[in-house]
Amino acid sequence: MTALYDEIQQVAAQYPQRRSAVIPALRLAQEAHGGWLPPAAFREVADALELTPAYCQSVASFYDMFQLEPVGKHMIEVCTNISCALVGAQATLEAFESELGIRAGETTPDGEFTLRTIECLGGCGWGTVVSCDHRYRHYVKPEDASRVVEELRHAEH
Amino acid sequence: MPSTEFEKIVLAGADDHDLTRLSEYERVGGYQSLRKALGMERQAVLDELLAAGLRGRGGAGFPMGRKASFVPKPEQTTKPIYLTINADESEPGTFKDREIMQRVPHRLIEGALITAYTIGSNHVFIYIRGEYLSEFEIVRAALAEARDRGLVGANVLGSGWNCTIVLHRGAGAYICGEETALLESLEGKRGQPRSKPPFPALQGLYASPTLINNVETIATVPPIIEKGGAWYAQFGVPNSAGTRVFSLSGNVANGGNYELPMGISLRELIYDIGGGIPDGRKLKAIIPGGSSTPVLTADDIDTALDFDAIGAAGSMLGSGAIIAIDDRACMVQLALRVAQFYQHESCGKCTPCREGTRWMVNIIEKVETGHAQQGDLDLLLSVCDRILGKCLCPLGDAAAMPVASYVDRFREEFQAHIDQGCCPFGDSSSLDRILSPVQQHARLLRELAVIA
Ligand SMILES: Cc1cc2nc3c(=O)[nH]c(=O)nc-3n(C[C@H](O)[C@H](O)[C@H](O)COP(=O)(O)O)c2cc1C
Ligand code: FES
Repeated sequence: MTALYDEIQQVAAQYPQRRSAVIPALRLAQEAHGGWLPPAAFREVADALELTPAYCQSVASFYDMFQLEPVGKHMIEVCTNISCALVGAQATLEAFESELGIRAGETTPDGEFTLRTIECLGGCGWGTVVSCDHRYRHYVKPEDASRVVEELRHAEH
Repeated sequence: MPSTEFEKIVLAGADDHDLTRLSEYERVGGYQSLRKALGMERQAVLDELLAAGLRGRGGAGFPMGRKASFVPKPEQTTKPIYLTINADESEPGTFKDREIMQRVPHRLIEGALITAYTIGSNHVFIYIRGEYLSEFEIVRAALAEARDRGLVGANVLGSGWNCTIVLHRGAGAYICGEETALLESLEGKRGQPRSKPPFPALQGLYASPTLINNVETIATVPPIIEKGGAWYAQFGVPNSAGTRVFSLSGNVANGGNYELPMGISLRELIYDIGGGIPDGRKLKAIIPGGSSTPVLTADDIDTALDFDAIGAAGSMLGSGAIIAIDDRACMVQLALRVAQFYQHESCGKCTPCREGTRWMVNIIEKVETGHAQQGDLDLLLSVCDRILGKCLCPLGDAAAMPVASYVDRFREEFQAHIDQGCCPFGDSSSLDRILSPVQQHARLLRELAVIA
């Protein structure tokens, strides 16, 4: 059996009912597939938890952190909810757009970066909050965009 | 910092000690409350929680001890009893549970153990929002330390009582903060709310008795058990006992979390502690309890931050998240952005919420772009009215209440958009051009359609 299968079994053992492991299992599968969930991922999760691929896909499609299409190696998510918006999130987002040469929702042609807007990340007092590969940065200003992108480009992934 | 004049309870000790470490937490008396509770009758622990007057910090403010008393006693049920802790924190403006997990993870774990013991549960689940990766890692490390020390797992502290704690990460869905959606999600389903009754206390996780409480509520339990319910009840004001970790954000000099006794005024929080409104601007509006609560105006600045006073002012204390809004913000744009959020997060189960939030967005968009007609504001209010109280869960209300309040409180500003056929702010509003996730998706879909 595959490493993913074994990992899912371990997670599932924590719960009184194995189906509870669907979300953690999908997360593991997404990590194993380069940040998104291709059809094969649903078959693997379904197989490990004795569910159907269709069921796993229906769960995945409900949650914002599951990607149903390929994404870049690095994910930049700019909060544009109200507290961040009041302190300039739009200018910060636009700085990332021009730095990367793409618009929110898109991936750079070289497959390095996906940029997207996101709802409140829970850092509202320290806006603009930007999540870079799931690590938060606070007080991000437009002039920080190029440095952030460079740091990510050279970060180990 | 003026805020240090007030005694901290939930975040106590965290300024001077690294309380993420078990040894440091024990140095400030950590896990002594658990020892004490394990030597008490379950009912005696519950009585302290009732005496404390602790009300839920997740949003609804339901008395914690009362909710715990609704859970059947172990001898009254053949099913396992579960404690589920809501760490899904996603209400815009709210970031206190994150700080509690970051700085006092052991207080959360200790509170979880005491609460589980009190309701006769041996199984705790902590549902942490998926985006909180660093916080998950901190709580996981704290839990591992506690487990090694015999505080969690089999035979806790040699008492013969067992208790497991499982950390469960969500995957990005605001609705999963609603308690029954959370349970669905934890069972491995789409996070769609259940109809109530049955209430989770009787039929919750896996159709078994389940108590659900917010992170801050649970982290308040150890100090209550340590010093007694009567001690805790001295803080705050009647009907709003204790402190709250208020999240302050928006147009304010020093945004952040501040633990303060309830009953402190908005003025003290925003001006004395938060440093006031920066850039020489004027305060225009205040959201007092997270983005789902009705807006207050600058005239309400002397309102006290407690359940009753905020209620009397026409709003709700909600999650204790205060957002200050200065005079650069166009209230129509604010309404649009808030409505877009709830449209994005509606789970789609109930028609009034699924369709109503879309209608709200469409009408407000027309007002903002100058395409609205006379009568559209009343139409908007009637859409809000058709959502209110007509859905399985309060997400629809969470959209309708604030939007209706913006129209009520700032009707002239809305009307000016219609009369002038454009936004009177031009492009000078602080919220100008803000791009929401729903707009981003819609734009991409439109472009795909053009290409196809
Ligand atoms: C749409 C919606 C979102 C909610 N989000 C949260 C949340 O993120 N965290 C939370 O603790 N409670 C949230 N709640 C409240 C919960 O349903 C529940 O009342 C709370 O977790 C109970 O804990 P408490 O009594 O300790 O406050 C939400 C409610 C609704 C209707
Ligand atoms: S509004 Fe941006 S983090 Fe909350």
